[in-house]
Amino acid sequence: MKKKLVSLIDSPGFLSAMSSISAIVLGLLFGFLILLISNPGQAVQGLGIILQGGFSGGAKGIGQVLYLATPIIMTGLAVGFAFKTGLFNIGTPGQFIVGAYVAIYIGVKWTFLGGVQWIVALLGATVAGGLWALIPGILKAYLNVHEVIASIMMNYIGMYTVNMLIKRTVYNSLKNQSMNVAATAEIPRFGMDKVFVNVKGNLMDTSTVNGGFFIAIAAAVVIYILLNKTKFGYELKACGANRFASRYAGINEKRTIVLSMVISGMLAGLGGGLLYLSGANGRHISVIDVLAEEGFNGISVALLGLNNPIGIVFSALFIAYITLGGNYLQRLAFMPEVINIIIAVIIYFAALSLVVRQVIMYLRRRREQRAAVKAAASEGGAQE
Amino acid sequence: MEDYVVEMLHITKEFPGIRANDDITLQLRRGEIHALLGENGAGKSTLMSVLFGLYQPDSGEIKKDGETVRIDDPNDANALGIGMVHQHFKLVHNFTVLQNIVLGVESTRHGLLKMDQARKRVLALSEQYGLRVEPDALISDITVGMQQRVEILKMLYRDNDILIFDEPTAVLTPQEIDMLMEIMRGLAKEGKSILFITHKLNEIMAVADRCTVLQRGRCIGTVDVKDTTREELSRMMVGRPVELELKKNEAHPGETALEVRGLSMWNRNRRKKLLDNINFHVRKGEIVCLAGIDGNGQSELIYALAGLRPIDEGTILLSGQDITRASVRKRNDSGLAHIPEDRHKDGLVLDYTLEENLVLKRYHTPAFQKHGFLDFRAIRENAERLIDAYDVRSGQGAATTVRSMSGGNQQKAIIAREVDTGSEVLLAVQPTRGLDVGAIENIQRELLNLRDQGRAILLVSLELEEVMSLPDRILVIYEGQIVAELDPKTVTSQELGLYMAGSKREEVVG
Repeated sequence: MKKKLVSLIDSPGFLSAMSSISAIVLGLLFGFLILLISNPGQAVQGLGIILQGGFSGGAKGIGQVLYLATPIIMTGLAVGFAFKTGLFNIGTPGQFIVGAYVAIYIGVKWTFLGGVQWIVALLGATVAGGLWALIPGILKAYLNVHEVIASIMMNYIGMYTVNMLIKRTVYNSLKNQSMNVAATAEIPRFGMDKVFVNVKGNLMDTSTVNGGFFIAIAAAVVIYILLNKTKFGYELKACGANRFASRYAGINEKRTIVLSMVISGMLAGLGGGLLYLSGANGRHISVIDVLAEEGFNGISVALLGLNNPIGIVFSALFIAYITLGGNYLQRLAFMPEVINIIIAVIIYFAALSLVVRQVIMYLRRRREQRAAVKAAASEGGAQE
Repeated sequence: MEDYVVEMLHITKEFPGIRANDDITLQLRRGEIHALLGENGAGKSTLMSVLFGLYQPDSGEIKKDGETVRIDDPNDANALGIGMVHQHFKLVHNFTVLQNIVLGVESTRHGLLKMDQARKRVLALSEQYGLRVEPDALISDITVGMQQRVEILKMLYRDNDILIFDEPTAVLTPQEIDMLMEIMRGLAKEGKSILFITHKLNEIMAVADRCTVLQRGRCIGTVDVKDTTREELSRMMVGRPVELELKKNEAHPGETALEVRGLSMWNRNRRKKLLDNINFHVRKGEIVCLAGIDGNGQSELIYALAGLRPIDEGTILLSGQDITRASVRKRNDSGLAHIPEDRHKDGLVLDYTLEENLVLKRYHTPAFQKHGFLDFRAIRENAERLIDAYDVRSGQGAATTVRSMSGGNQQKAIIAREVDTGSEVLLAVQPTRGLDVGAIENIQRELLNLRDQGRAILLVSLELEEVMSLPDRILVIYEGQIVAELDPKTVTSQELGLYMAGSKREEVVG
């Protein structure tokens, strides 16, 4: 048993997880400092609310955590997947919003599809996200245009195009946002509305969570298998790690780059569909000139999850949890922005995870050395 | 009491999992040329990094002129008069010779450069030590030999009197090597002390006074060169007797396996021909060596053959089949193996494990994947078989990340992979570069074995000894043209040097 534990502690996976966890702890400590500065009287209480996160909202709160986690699992996967293949897809906001729009359009207009409407809408979102990433992919592979530049451009093109299209096609002018999708276009709830609900007398305060969460988990599993078990994953990672050696090995590296961007975009686009196909009290696209935050949050999620699909699921859950906690902070005399600062700090420390990792390694080595010295000393003593 | 300028006493330096230097003592006398000999991974670089302040030793001390000193970084080393010519020169290519020499120690007045004074000193130094350079030429325009002299002048300009040469002859022609040896002798005569890191026994015998031999992090001993032999040195270095002379059977060439007709390649802006009407063939059962000074088109030609760079004119036939326009994958699968020049750039995915790298060219074949899913058991078995057969050493066996392996073992892994494909034609570009005597011997023997089994081998080598001993035919390439076909049995190395330098040529018919 002890041996097993030791081998677990020594495994590189454990080390990686430890570095993320220490980043979180350091981030929270820093956050507490900010709470202290901005409102010393309620700082401890405030930290309590943050740590309680979604739980302070009861069963509904937990449901909301899953709901908020769903899109950022997807964008996190998009960023993490691209990163594993050597590409920095910063175009997730664009891919996400374009996917979201196509899902809403199909969800509002194509009622003739009946029961499969939500499935078609999600497929549409996936394809749209992929197409949006295809352009930077092609530019990168064939013209050596850096994917960061190209995909940032695509973000703005995507945002403005979607705003325009919403106004023309699926506009709810009363609320300046997209219309509600048809009931057949909502993602089925798989009974989650029965679990994640706060009952107050006759009032049912239901969470907006739905089956989309399971789809995101499934996507993470698929991406994990694709990257680690398949021939295609081998090629993708090889291209990411060394483009020249991949070419030497006979891999068509241009094609691989394009495909990698497209798959990444598809993940982000699907994320858009999963967030917005969720009934009247779910989210709607507001027609404002701001890039979708779920897109950029994907970068944080991927970073904190160390680009590992399974790690990304957990880091997305964590960020959703703490974001929700931040919203509940408004009950006290805090600005909700505080929580964004704390998340940003956590991401900073995650980016410094290499440093944290080295510190852990150093401490471990010193411990071993001390043990070795002790052992040598006691041996020497015995000889005397 | 001996007069030592630098003493490194009982240096021990440990890295996780390996003791790179284990109680090593190296004492450098004033005015001597002291060779440091050892295989890759023997600890030569670590020891020099300790002397240069890049690493701190775990134990042991360094003395300069009998006094203990502490060297925390290269600036400290410099202040103590220790200078180094690195294997890969550290020069700014679009600066002139003079600018490079004074870089970092410029003399100024009111913030303005005073180059006249520097020029005078550089010219005086170059006169004194016979280091001929053109002060106003750009580094990018001068030969490798002159670049090396610039590096030496850089040390002298900084008043260094302990000069470290790290594998200085690797990039030179025979004539340039002779000149360098002369320069080193001159420096020693003027009272400079020289540490000469190398694995070439001939050079040690020719120029060094004493030689310290390292083996796997331990100091085997220090010997007077005049009292020893090449055989003795190589035995100390490798730990077993090594055959220095290559035993070769008579070649029995068969049919043509690789044929190149009228191949030409332009550079990117189509101003210059990198390869100009290349014609040659390689038959089964022979080793043909493409000899030449680095940068005369060897790399381009190999890239063209391997399909990594498109050609402008000509035809490439692989066993009679036209592969001029074939993809890299097609060429690999139809029997072209390639040991690339730059193993880190082209040959390996450094962040992949050893087993993953060993299937780099064959992961897509039915043996290693089914329906798109990799067969990890087959990959592991393949790796274990090759690791065993080619004695590839690594920390965690098949699962070792290749980045953490030594250069020699990385090279062995590439060779194992490329040879194991059973390809008819093998392009071997500098297969022994940077390897130690023991490993070189193994690789050369392996190449000869393959030849005797009927493979066709095109060898590119910059090592003169190898060019003279290994191949059955020599093609000399100069400025993108094949200028001579020579028989290694009859040609002398001096004559070969003349062809390589472009001062002699014959008409060759492919």
